[in-house]
Amino acid sequence: MMSLIIGIGAVLVLTIFYLIFKVGKLVSIAKGKQAYDVSKSNGIHATLFIVFLIAGLGLFFWYSWTYFDKYTLPVASEHGAVTDTLFWISMVVVVAAFVIISIIMFMFLYQYQYREDRKAKFYPDNHYLELAWTVIPAIVLAVLIFTGLSAWQDITAPASKDAEVVELVAQQFAWTARYPGVKDEALGNYNFQLIDPINEFGLDLTDKNAFDDFKSLELHIPAGKEILLKIRAKDVLHSVFLPHFRVKMDAVPGMPTQFKFTATHTTKQMREKLGNPNFNYEMACTEICGRGHFSMKMPVVVHSPEEFEEWKKAQEAWLKQNPSYLEKVPAGLREAAMISAGIPLENAIASGVVGSQSVSVK
Amino acid sequence: MATTDIHVNTATHAHDDHSHEHGHEHHGNFWTNYIFSEDHKVIAKQFLITGIFWALIGGTLSVIFRLQLGFPDMNLEWLRPVLGGWITPEGKLDPEFYLALVTMHGTIMVFFVLTAGLSGTFSNFLIPLQIGARDMASGFMNMLSYWFFFVSSVIMFVSLFLQDGPAGGGWTIYPPLSALPQAIKGSGLGMTLWLVSMALFIASSLLGGINYISTIINMRTKGMSFTRMPLTVWAFFFTAIIGLLSFPVLFSAALLLIFDRSFGTSFFLSDIYIGGEALPNVGGSPILFQHLFWFLGHPEVYIVLLPALGLSSEIIATNARKPIFGYKAMIGSMLFIGILSFIVWAHHMFVTGMNPFLGSVFMLLTLIIAVPSAVKIFNYVTTLWQGNIKFTPAMLFSIGLVSFFLTGGITGIFLGNSAIDIQLHDTYFVVAHFHLVMGSASFFGMMAGVYHWFPKMFGRMMDNRLGYIHFWLTFVGVYLVFFPMHYIGIAGFPRRYYSWTNFETFSGFADLNMLVSGAAVITLTAQLIFIFNFFYSMWRGRVATANPWKSNTLEWTTPVNPGHGNWPGEIPSVYRWPYDYSKPGAKEDYIPQHIPYSETPESNLPHENELIKLESSGNDPIVVAKH
Repeated sequence: MMSLIIGIGAVLVLTIFYLIFKVGKLVSIAKGKQAYDVSKSNGIHATLFIVFLIAGLGLFFWYSWTYFDKYTLPVASEHGAVTDTLFWISMVVVVAAFVIISIIMFMFLYQYQYREDRKAKFYPDNHYLELAWTVIPAIVLAVLIFTGLSAWQDITAPASKDAEVVELVAQQFAWTARYPGVKDEALGNYNFQLIDPINEFGLDLTDKNAFDDFKSLELHIPAGKEILLKIRAKDVLHSVFLPHFRVKMDAVPGMPTQFKFTATHTTKQMREKLGNPNFNYEMACTEICGRGHFSMKMPVVVHSPEEFEEWKKAQEAWLKQNPSYLEKVPAGLREAAMISAGIPLENAIASGVVGSQSVSVK
Repeated sequence: MATTDIHVNTATHAHDDHSHEHGHEHHGNFWTNYIFSEDHKVIAKQFLITGIFWALIGGTLSVIFRLQLGFPDMNLEWLRPVLGGWITPEGKLDPEFYLALVTMHGTIMVFFVLTAGLSGTFSNFLIPLQIGARDMASGFMNMLSYWFFFVSSVIMFVSLFLQDGPAGGGWTIYPPLSALPQAIKGSGLGMTLWLVSMALFIASSLLGGINYISTIINMRTKGMSFTRMPLTVWAFFFTAIIGLLSFPVLFSAALLLIFDRSFGTSFFLSDIYIGGEALPNVGGSPILFQHLFWFLGHPEVYIVLLPALGLSSEIIATNARKPIFGYKAMIGSMLFIGILSFIVWAHHMFVTGMNPFLGSVFMLLTLIIAVPSAVKIFNYVTTLWQGNIKFTPAMLFSIGLVSFFLTGGITGIFLGNSAIDIQLHDTYFVVAHFHLVMGSASFFGMMAGVYHWFPKMFGRMMDNRLGYIHFWLTFVGVYLVFFPMHYIGIAGFPRRYYSWTNFETFSGFADLNMLVSGAAVITLTAQLIFIFNFFYSMWRGRVATANPWKSNTLEWTTPVNPGHGNWPGEIPSVYRWPYDYSKPGAKEDYIPQHIPYSETPESNLPHENELIKLESSGNDPIVVAKH
């Protein structure tokens, strides 16, 4: 019933509009007004453009100034401070160009609106003028390009050897992190064909570096130390996006990618800086990956280096959490694997995972 | 000025013969006149009306997903009669259907509206009329071009109604998402239809493009040298060449993707574990697809934009009553943009894992493209300077185009800078950028074209007042929709998100999103004014005169309703460039292209007086090309 009333209302409104239009049309025909050439409203449009210019620029500057803190994200990485600076330098150049050209254009529209007694100036070209506005933008752009290039080269340069390596694995619709354990400080090999519901990394357990690797559903990183993210995807494209750290890199199935950065503020420091005790860093996915794309979040915690070492020590190796996978470890490496993963030897022998075979090898 | 490509035609009266020949073709039946017509003007109208249909669909889709983004708590139960199962039991939009909406909105707007609807309409309509030809080089291929597009449209339209929904992997259809039906429903039959439809679309586009190029090269009238062609024709010429070189690459990408999807190849697939099993595909590269896609995808931006720039150049010169400033610089910048458009594609891929060195190269090339773009803007502004500006609806839309081209174009300086792009890539900043510079600017160019050439298309005038209301609502509306998105983007909000509430970082801006969505609804509604004006004026508009805008180009020398063959008698010859507006000494403020210099001694420049001798070479007319 309600929708019927709304429908009838809409039809009535449209009919009224149509009648107004029709009456106006008939009146204009009766008056014999020229329907084209120069419209009577010519001056109105010229004025409206000026109104639009002033209102538009006013809103633009007012909002940009008043809500600055709302639309800028605090920066928490070393290269982020550099790219932010570049961003704001470009912003000054761009806004200056935008404002000047807009004002000139809309002023011209007003100033040179049609007047019967004036003839336009026949002015087909001017090579000096054209040369000037080819060369000036080229120089300005060249400066922007070279500052950008050097920043880009630093950001994409190889990571230092002692960088803290973390592997991020993307899948529909979750992130998993894998850390090289504290014992060997190296990530073990993986192979996508070894992936199963439990071995979600596809850990290759014939590689001894894999024994102490541990898994985390949160990204924990230290501040003040270079971090190398090794990124891969299991199913479709995803993209690592750490907005506060100005980090973004796609996760590609079949092609591992990486991104290095150094965090500058721990979570605690950032909470103090912002005066927001509930602040948390987050990681998002920015490459369309399916139904749950918008919910693919990973919490991020930035520690001081000492806290970070403690946190790492407190984590259990993946193998320890899933001892049944000891079977996949070559018999000769099993004891080493158990030591590395921190699995008490007695328990394993008692449960028969290691027992007889390791004896038989001896 | 034009001596290089002029030669003397010894076979006289070639044009006369032609016109007699065409005189007999006027009487066809309904089918040959309106459906399977080979007349370029009818084909142009077919493209235009199909384009308007698609624009309404594409716009409506965007408003549906804007409702979700702007009013996330709104109960959408009232859409159930239309969307059925895509409305969840809670009255919300299904997240997967949201992605399908985004995908189809992009596909429809970029290809079906702004490529076929814009270039298809105006290249077809204006090329023969403005260069002085009776029709396209091949009327039959031209007809095929439309009907390929029609079939492609039908297939894409049908895909909207599939049970699993249309394609949903983004308009860029990156594999593996688009290759694996187990990853998203839209990668099933919807994606298959998308690929088939696009393959037909590319065929249509190539048939059209080959025709445009050969017509422009071979069929210009007497005196119409390249340096006397209107900028519209130059723009269509470059557009057709760009399309001809880049669309086949998209075709190859689509073909390889079809192979990956249906025949078990691994061009783009490798190391995938999905749905509880490891797939056998090894060795493919998803990045390869992105390279192939953007090799078309970036030139596509200019395929969409150049015709709009061409149309607006013509309209601004006519209504400012001034020659376009820097005619040759305008052509040069379009040529330069056209060339550069092929070597900047990887700026869409800075953070895809591509070699960072490539990133540096593409950043350099990308920012260079800002130079010719800046030249174009300066030239437009200088054309307005000391003009005598008439604000027709077409002129208003052209000015809107320049404004969007400026506002949207300069944000490209951020995005083309790979270091800054790290943060901005795939955020709303990008959405704001390309919707302004490519979407809205081209759309405004298309609207300007419709208002300006409507009298030549249908012999009647559109209603000016409705046009003015349409312009102001749309102009302000578009700014209100896309300008706030810059802020949302700087704040890092990722695009293609169904909702941001899962993230603390992206929890703000409910207010701006509401503003954007509200403005989107109003802007779409304002387009209904245009639709009404368009169809009403087609039958009931004021009857037009032959040259209502006092314009110089050749199409205005045809009768009010040009028949098949365009000119009832001989095709007029061309003696001058198309921008002799407000020439000092001239009686009126315009001198059409077909007026010889010998008739205008009062306004000729010194070098033009010398050209008079060439004009009067009597029985040996100067002809640019044979038929």
